[in-house]
Amino acid sequence: MGGTAVLLHNPRETWKLPSRGIVGMVCLIIAEAAIFTIFVVAYVFYLGKSLAGPSPRDVLEPPIFTTICLLSSSFTVMGAVSALHRNKQTICSLWLALTVLLGAIFLGGTAHEWYNLIYRDGLTIKTNLFGTTFYSLVGLHATHVVFGLCMLSLALLFSLRGQMTSKHTERLEVLSLYWHFVDGVWVVVFLVVYLFGR
Amino acid sequence: MLARQQWRSLAVLVQFASGHDPTSIFAPAGTPAHSIFGLSMLVLSITGAIFLVVAGLLLYVLLRYRYRATGSESAQEPAQIYGSNQIELSWTVIPVLIVVILFLATARVIFSTELARKPADALDVTVIGHQFWWEYRYPKLGIVTANELHIPVSDPSHPTPTYLTLSSADTDHSFWVPRLAGKTDLIPNKVNTMWIDPEVAGLYLGQCAQYCGAQHAKMLIRVYADNPQQFAAWVAQQQKPAAEDPSAAEGETVFQHSACISCHALAGTVATGRFGPDLTHVASRDTIASGSVLNTAANMRAWVDNPAHFKPGALMPEMHLNDHDLDAITAFLMTLK
Amino acid sequence: MRRSWLEVVHEWVTTVDHKKIGIMYICYALIFLLVAGFEALLMRIQLAIPNNTFVSPQVFNRLFTMHGTTMVFFVGMPILFGFGNYLIPLMIGARDMAFPRLNAFGFWISAFGGLLLYFSYLGGDGLYGAGTAPDVGWFAYAPLTSPAFSIGHSTDYWTLALLLSGIGSVSTALNIVATTICMRCPGMKLNRMPLLVWLYLVTSLMVFIAIGPLTAAQIMLMLDRFAGAHFFDTQAGGSAVLWMHFFWIFGHPEVYILVLPAFAFANEIIPVFSRKAIFGYPAMVAATIGIGFISLSVWAHHMFTVGLGAWANTFFTLATMVIAVPTGIKIFNWLATLWGGKIYFTVPMMFAVAFLFQFLIAGLTGIMLSVAPFDWQLGNSYFVVAHFHYVLVGAILMMIFAAFYYWSPKMTGRMLSEKLGKWHFWLFVIGFHLTFDFMHVPGLLGMPRRIYTYEADRGWMIWNLIVSSGAIFQAIGALVFVYNLVWSYFKGQLAGADPWDAWTLEWSTTSPPPAYNFAPIPSVGSRRPLWDLKHPEDPDSNYEM
Repeated sequence: MGGTAVLLHNPRETWKLPSRGIVGMVCLIIAEAAIFTIFVVAYVFYLGKSLAGPSPRDVLEPPIFTTICLLSSSFTVMGAVSALHRNKQTICSLWLALTVLLGAIFLGGTAHEWYNLIYRDGLTIKTNLFGTTFYSLVGLHATHVVFGLCMLSLALLFSLRGQMTSKHTERLEVLSLYWHFVDGVWVVVFLVVYLFGR
Repeated sequence: MLARQQWRSLAVLVQFASGHDPTSIFAPAGTPAHSIFGLSMLVLSITGAIFLVVAGLLLYVLLRYRYRATGSESAQEPAQIYGSNQIELSWTVIPVLIVVILFLATARVIFSTELARKPADALDVTVIGHQFWWEYRYPKLGIVTANELHIPVSDPSHPTPTYLTLSSADTDHSFWVPRLAGKTDLIPNKVNTMWIDPEVAGLYLGQCAQYCGAQHAKMLIRVYADNPQQFAAWVAQQQKPAAEDPSAAEGETVFQHSACISCHALAGTVATGRFGPDLTHVASRDTIASGSVLNTAANMRAWVDNPAHFKPGALMPEMHLNDHDLDAITAFLMTLK
Repeated sequence: MRRSWLEVVHEWVTTVDHKKIGIMYICYALIFLLVAGFEALLMRIQLAIPNNTFVSPQVFNRLFTMHGTTMVFFVGMPILFGFGNYLIPLMIGARDMAFPRLNAFGFWISAFGGLLLYFSYLGGDGLYGAGTAPDVGWFAYAPLTSPAFSIGHSTDYWTLALLLSGIGSVSTALNIVATTICMRCPGMKLNRMPLLVWLYLVTSLMVFIAIGPLTAAQIMLMLDRFAGAHFFDTQAGGSAVLWMHFFWIFGHPEVYILVLPAFAFANEIIPVFSRKAIFGYPAMVAATIGIGFISLSVWAHHMFTVGLGAWANTFFTLATMVIAVPTGIKIFNWLATLWGGKIYFTVPMMFAVAFLFQFLIAGLTGIMLSVAPFDWQLGNSYFVVAHFHYVLVGAILMMIFAAFYYWSPKMTGRMLSEKLGKWHFWLFVIGFHLTFDFMHVPGLLGMPRRIYTYEADRGWMIWNLIVSSGAIFQAIGALVFVYNLVWSYFKGQLAGADPWDAWTLEWSTTSPPPAYNFAPIPSVGSRRPLWDLKHPEDPDSNYEM
């Protein structure tokens, strides 16, 4: 026996529901935000409580340049989405390439900063509470940047090969949402670690 | 609400009835336990009443509206009622009122217990939790002891409470003597405080109430509420250094040359280890192994030989002493009154 | 043409069909229910008499850790996600979940987590010495879990298994939210969804907010144990209390995550067997959302004895009491649904009735524990153990049994035996009350939890003996249930599409449904589309508030 249809209303009335991809990504962002919040809470809780070793004021310099790069990459990725929406594939590739470049500069800056902290200032995750909370929070963020850059590079690759067209706009938008989240987290980390916490 | 005196009478009645229940929360013998008991009676009455009303209604509904196959309307669906704003409002408002009453009564007890002012003649005891024993220090009296807490009884007309400062040397523990007070946790790198004031002399039992590892179950508490003469005598005895009994000299030598002194202390000797209980007056205690074993020569010998015999997982290792040394050390320890 | 068993296995292992994945979650959870139940039986034998030597302290400590961890993460979560997975697309008129491959991924990673946890029994010295199974309690307080006090890898099995399970939980929750918001059939506005779907939506949103803190805390613990970090290292100035905060910020919403689906089942089953629409649908939605929000603010009622201070204790007392209001509203709404109805005591309804009484009691003991000073006595005692088992077994497990009897005809096409069902019910309910009613008493008499034995002079023995005896009844009841499941799968009476004369969309398709769920996607005009079909002269849409 087949399924019994329950048709009571005019099926031609428009029935528009939100996009799965966007809703899914928003859910992921909420879950990730909860994780980051706890790391930020741990960082703030332990401010001033290290028993020994370097403190934030001793060794941290606000990374203004790399921050500007990362935050600008939110605008460039928006440019990529808009270009793709208008089916301008080359422009889209350009914006994506710029996004990846800006993100890579940010990562490079982080690597440079960590190199100095470890070898010049003697601060590691083991050193004290500041080291523990700093590396874990910034490191968690950096991991998310790495993942984002991988995905953006893939998108760039598809775009360069001409395989990405305007009908993929929503997927790129979902990815850009993730990237905006990563940048948003950095705003919080920057304010907490490099400004208020020092 | 019943007056304080009436709650106490109720408590004594319950206490009498629960003579075989030395750790019952319904047999309070000190102010914190009494105020919790009073509040708990209110809570139990309210929740009991709610249960009777709601469960009663539920039972009624289930019986009254059960499906009966007979009757002309048995095939029809009953009237479909989708909701009622007035009814739903009333059963929102009434619970809110109950919550308000309960909350105010509770807040009062929280503040009165936690922010109680400390009288000048209160006794200070520092409690340090270890895996799996209790260290007690009386800073103003210069006493360090373990596992059996002696405190003065507190006459309600002239209270002499004991203020406990709680911390831990390793993992989390919790100090719970139900007849005297609610429990408070001992947490490393944190200092907690609580107070107790037993109103009747005697022994109060309890145990660790926060899982702390293999032998959490046998980290027992014994609180001796002594009358003033007993307490003074105990203090005087505890303040003395370790007894020097020449008949146990051999045992003392074994003690000092074995690994014992790396963990244990004897006041007035070279032994100053703090990892394990202070043994200066170990023979004056009723029990060993944190309250779980009676303090007899045979038990002491068995414990020193292999603590795992009584408490597998205890941190004191097997001492690998031969029988001769074991006998000597036991004899020595039993002289440490 | 008969397929080989290899082909069948291949089909199930590679499936992305929500119905098959749902069934796999449920079967997986059932297996772990029996395993964790067996662990409980061993503990109850050990505790029946004082100073018993049935198991060593070390084995006992592993048993209670594994029992708790298994029941929460590898029984509770999977079984509830399993039912959700199966039912939600059917109830909203969709063909599958929003992300079928993510669905399969979520199942397999959770399943792997469970196997990893149990591998710990073998990982070290093997089963008799209980290997390197974790022994730190299901909430793994610091610094007991630090490298100093937890030597070897037992704690790491705990951490890793749960990290994996957390990924699976978030994946499934994401799927549920996306499905609910984006895949409803035409006409099914949010306020026409079955209440089950609403409750799963709120549950999933809570998963996002609650699992994060656990994941974060576990990453921190791993960093402490492997990279020399100091998050919970009290020797370096770290805080043991911080772990407690992080854990309970997860832990309290987690128990609501476990209970809301049980409420969801009650919301579907009670109306059908009262022959009435649920009373106060909008209030039920509002109460659920209220519970969801408030549950995020009550966590430190697990920490009343930690020394947070009078103001914190007062705040958390208030928040915990407040959550009793929407919870009570639900009980009253169920009562009002029954009122004036025609109550059929089928096996699912019998379990639902037991749920109503038992959840009432569980809620009331919860209110007792919310009174911080009372908790100073009763916290970490057997009173708490009795309370939460009253919720987990008396409320949640009972509704899960009800859900089995109600929906397995849809899943398998065959009814479960009513006779075996009644045996299951009575054995289990008697056993439940023997165990968990009397378990409150040792708590009131000063017995703490997580102790492998107790002194003979405390007066606890008689109560422990009664508690342990109840476990036997529950064990037999559970076995009768499993037998029922297997027997009925082969010999049960054919169910047809709508054996209960119910009103939601899952009953409009065959039992079991075809792979595509519905031939044409249905379209609905009220909360009870099948009621409207069966009562065209008096459809719900005329009355819905």
